[in-house]
Amino acid sequence: MGAAELFDQGAPALDNGLLRFMTCGSVDDGKSTLIGRLLYDSKAILADTLHAIAKTSRKRGLSAVDLSLLTDGLVAEREQGITIDVAYRYFSTGTRKYIIADAPGHEQYTRNMVTAASTADLAIILVDARKGVLPQTRRHSAIARLLGIPQLVVAVNKMDLVGYDEDVFARLRADYLDCAHRLGIDDVSFVPISALEGDMIVERGERLGWYRGPTLLEILEAAPGAGTVACDERFRFPVQYVCRPQQSDGSFRGYMGRIESGSVAVGDRVEILPAGLVTHIKDIRLYGRSLPSAVAGQSVTLLVEDEIDVSRGDMIVKPDERPLSSALLKADLCWLSGSPLDPMRRYLIRHTTREVPARLAGIDYRLDITTLRHVDTSHIGMNDIVRVGFRLGRPIFVDRYADNRATGAFIVIDPSTNDTVGAGMIV
Amino acid sequence: MTFAIMGQHTLNHLDWLEAEAIHILREVAGQCAHPVLLFSGGKDSIVLLRLAEKAFRPGRFPFPLMHIDTGHNFPEVIEFRDHRVAELGERLIVRSVEDSIARGTVVLRSAEESRNKHQSVTLLEAIEEFGFDACIGGARRDEEKARAKERIFSFRDAFGQWDPKNQRAELWNLYNARVHPGEHMRVFPISNWTELDVWQYIARENLEVPTIYFAHLRPVIRRRGLLLPITPLTPLQEDEKAENLSVRFRTVGDITCTAAVESHADSVDKIIAETAAASITERGATRLDDQATEAAMEQRKKEGYF
Repeated sequence: MGAAELFDQGAPALDNGLLRFMTCGSVDDGKSTLIGRLLYDSKAILADTLHAIAKTSRKRGLSAVDLSLLTDGLVAEREQGITIDVAYRYFSTGTRKYIIADAPGHEQYTRNMVTAASTADLAIILVDARKGVLPQTRRHSAIARLLGIPQLVVAVNKMDLVGYDEDVFARLRADYLDCAHRLGIDDVSFVPISALEGDMIVERGERLGWYRGPTLLEILEAAPGAGTVACDERFRFPVQYVCRPQQSDGSFRGYMGRIESGSVAVGDRVEILPAGLVTHIKDIRLYGRSLPSAVAGQSVTLLVEDEIDVSRGDMIVKPDERPLSSALLKADLCWLSGSPLDPMRRYLIRHTTREVPARLAGIDYRLDITTLRHVDTSHIGMNDIVRVGFRLGRPIFVDRYADNRATGAFIVIDPSTNDTVGAGMIV
Repeated sequence: MTFAIMGQHTLNHLDWLEAEAIHILREVAGQCAHPVLLFSGGKDSIVLLRLAEKAFRPGRFPFPLMHIDTGHNFPEVIEFRDHRVAELGERLIVRSVEDSIARGTVVLRSAEESRNKHQSVTLLEAIEEFGFDACIGGARRDEEKARAKERIFSFRDAFGQWDPKNQRAELWNLYNARVHPGEHMRVFPISNWTELDVWQYIARENLEVPTIYFAHLRPVIRRRGLLLPITPLTPLQEDEKAENLSVRFRTVGDITCTAAVESHADSVDKIIAETAAASITERGATRLDDQATEAAMEQRKKEGYF
């Protein structure tokens, strides 16, 4: 059944939540065509949009409708025919809502790929069946691995141009697994497709009869979605905001935030960091309701038994699963700014709901994203991925990024421009 | 790699969107000194108000509400706006394009000109007047291709300008709302929602919306393929013929550039069914001002438009 038919059945019997995914691939791997195909087959491209891009295609003297016009929204992008920045696209199958982060493939936009990868539950890595595994494929896989995207799907595209040959697919699969092994990626699915002809995207088609696995959409439909993938079962609740309404009895004091991992139930014993005070959960509120328990992904208000001074930047955890407290961070850092990291300057590190001053403490190495080798360096410039140490003005409560994407990530802010200049993953 | 799937409850897509939006609203409250929430009485801002209730009740909103009034309103929408604000017990600031015209900061080319783009001037004047450092709004990325590129926390310089080629990186859910005096952020908590999500949420939360969203009989004129309401601001022209049709509005805005669609959907459920089957985008069906050029929205946003 196609997505459009699923959708036409009216209200879905099953709401399978939401999946955020990104597409990676070189410039001509057919990324835009794939996104166009997914959007078109799931009815997310409406008539007036198609009409507009058909008009532009004609104006440019193209014989067919250029689907990349769908995804390149900015004047400068259309002028240059390239994607500069991440765009977000939406479609729904009736059982699940999808957010696509459409990131540019060019090497100089590594930082944009990192941006898109930071919120993705799944990455589709496109490989051109004629070209095989390229340096760009390795680069994108390395970033996907570094950013801890939970699920990788390798889509071998342009099967129509290699006669839908099973041997080509098998060879590319083996090549990729070899590369994945060296990157430490141990779980990846493969699907042969033709984005142009629509084979194995939404419909199976008839030309890939030897392939018995799921279509790309079936893989997406079955993948664990946002809020259901929890690599970390430990409860992490960074306090965003304290609610103390002026009521007659002045008794309400709620700690507002989003559960980043794990779960919590009324009666649970919790510890408030950094104070280290232990108390019990009295109530979990979501607007007018009291919930018996709440899980990762939910934004709630927690009330505790004892009167404790808690403020924004504090973290509520369970006493037997405390995070690490540290004033020295060791991290993989992607530098996003055109101005190099200045080892003499003070930056701000924002981690969960907390901001602390920080200074570079040392550089271990730069990751050569093509060879995946560690290279000595004393300079950190735009798009560099480096292993560094930061010395912090105050200790913060952290987990390893590999264990927890929320409490293991931080951004670096330049206090003079207020710009976000770095993305860090704690090791 | 192993995945633990939460057995007891999985968040459905509206739960997830709601939780994300609440998180964003609380980040504004936690990071910004003088935020404001833009409330027009339209469906997206109605959803924003419910999300703000979910984010901050039983407390008061940590920001006032503000309406930038073009003076070209559907009366039902203004009535609804005031009634909803009173019900919430929150503070509403109204600043009007009319006042900017009187001040001479907005100069119209002709009296009938759409005031939609002139809202930017009045908005920036209000931001300066009150010293707001964050404006929360109900824009969605599915509305328009330039919006698809915009961050959730979108930096604006001292002139309110958006620079699409030099946006602040936004990673994980670590938002950076820091600005220097005079600069501000535009914050869009429902960036990841679609028109359909908004209607499904209105149904789920049983939210009241202005009556013009539902199908009703109204005299309209066909102009440039769109159905325009006949009002004192958009009168019938000599060569035109009025038709009495069952229509509804998919979006509410400046009356002079907001078109209706033919519809018999007189309930939220019927609107959801119609939205799911629509073959024309929300703005394509309803807005005259986006069709001037391919980059009309991007250009307006660069100049400070919402």
